[in-house]
Amino acid sequence: MLRVDALREIYPELERHIVVTIMGAVAAELYALGHRPNFFYMEHSMGLASSLGLGLALALPGQQVIVLDGDGSLLMNLGTLTTLARYRPPNLLHIVFDNSSLVSVGGFPTATASGTNLAEMARAAGVPRVLEAETPAQFRAAVTQALARPGMTTLVARVEASGPASYRLDLDLLENRFQFKRYLDSLRSSS
Amino acid sequence: MPVSLEGARRIYEALKACDIRLVSALPETWLVPLLRLVEADQEMRLVQVAREEESIGIAAGAYFAGLPSIHVMQNHGFLAAINPLVSLAMLYKIPVLLLISYRGSWGERDPWQTQGGLLTEPVLRALTIPYYCLRREDDLTRRLKEAQALALSALHPVAVLLTREVLWEDEEP
Ligand SMILES: Cc1ncc(C[n+]2csc(CCOP(=O)(O)OP(=O)(O)O)c2C)c(N)n1
Repeated sequence: MLRVDALREIYPELERHIVVTIMGAVAAELYALGHRPNFFYMEHSMGLASSLGLGLALALPGQQVIVLDGDGSLLMNLGTLTTLARYRPPNLLHIVFDNSSLVSVGGFPTATASGTNLAEMARAAGVPRVLEAETPAQFRAAVTQALARPGMTTLVARVEASGPASYRLDLDLLENRFQFKRYLDSLRSSS
Repeated sequence: MPVSLEGARRIYEALKACDIRLVSALPETWLVPLLRLVEADQEMRLVQVAREEESIGIAAGAYFAGLPSIHVMQNHGFLAAINPLVSLAMLYKIPVLLLISYRGSWGERDPWQTQGGLLTEPVLRALTIPYYCLRREDDLTRRLKEAQALALSALHPVAVLLTREVLWEDEEP
């Protein structure tokens, strides 16, 4: 499965929820599908997208938070799985696109190419619901399941090691940051 | 030579006065009594991390969500969190209030703390993170509120260092 096809499958869900992505390929792919003020592209600090998502989910229990993580990024902060499992906010969906590669830097294989299994690691860390998907249909079904019944979920999706033609977002980092903050402020004042 | 329970209570009261609702932390000896008070408080949420880098991500999430937070670690944990302080908090102009126990400084008896102690202030200065070393005679609430105000107006990390004299009861020399 191509990650961009997986994103297309769930774009209507992403539009409705708070979304945090890692840097590089997935940020550019989501941006190209259509930017929204509820999307935050964390264009650095590798590994911390899930920690940022945890902070959001704990602070905004009435909102669904979706994190779009990558295998290389998650491998840089494996402890996050234990922290997610420990506090398990039911409104957090942690999606890991595992392409067994550091695609955004030109593609070096990661440890998942030689057998490391991130879904098993999430299970062993105690994440309450761990799902896996290899096709767009499985992916859509897993996301639907995770959003239908509250429960902190890590969804590991196997995708091909390919990225977008361009990594450029026509959006300054700080513009994204202030727009995202303003969006969340307006959510709070309207609720 | 126990950790000062009085010091921990004074800091906790300062956090209450700042309306802190989320405290992320990696516990260490000096911080345990403070974190016990936080844990017992129904209005505060303690999030214990596995590594201090996580705290900077959690801080950004809490800030975006509008929840006042503070992030508690020892100075070696601050050293472990430098990349996210630079490439998340400073890159994205996110205020992060750091409460750092200042090991390896005046009066330190544990040799293994001393290298981190020597480097803490030079590294904070190199990062242009404003910091204040709390003294026993300080009005802790005032100092914490000032740190919080500066972080929010500058949209920048700010650090408060917990010194030995605030958190540790040395026997008389
Ligand atoms: C601390 C640090 N080291 C290295 C990099 C370089 N870097 C940027 S993106 C990336 C790969 C991310 O891999 P993954 O999370 O698997 O996502 P993918 O690019 O495959 O979509 C790396 C290594 C970085 N940004 N920060």
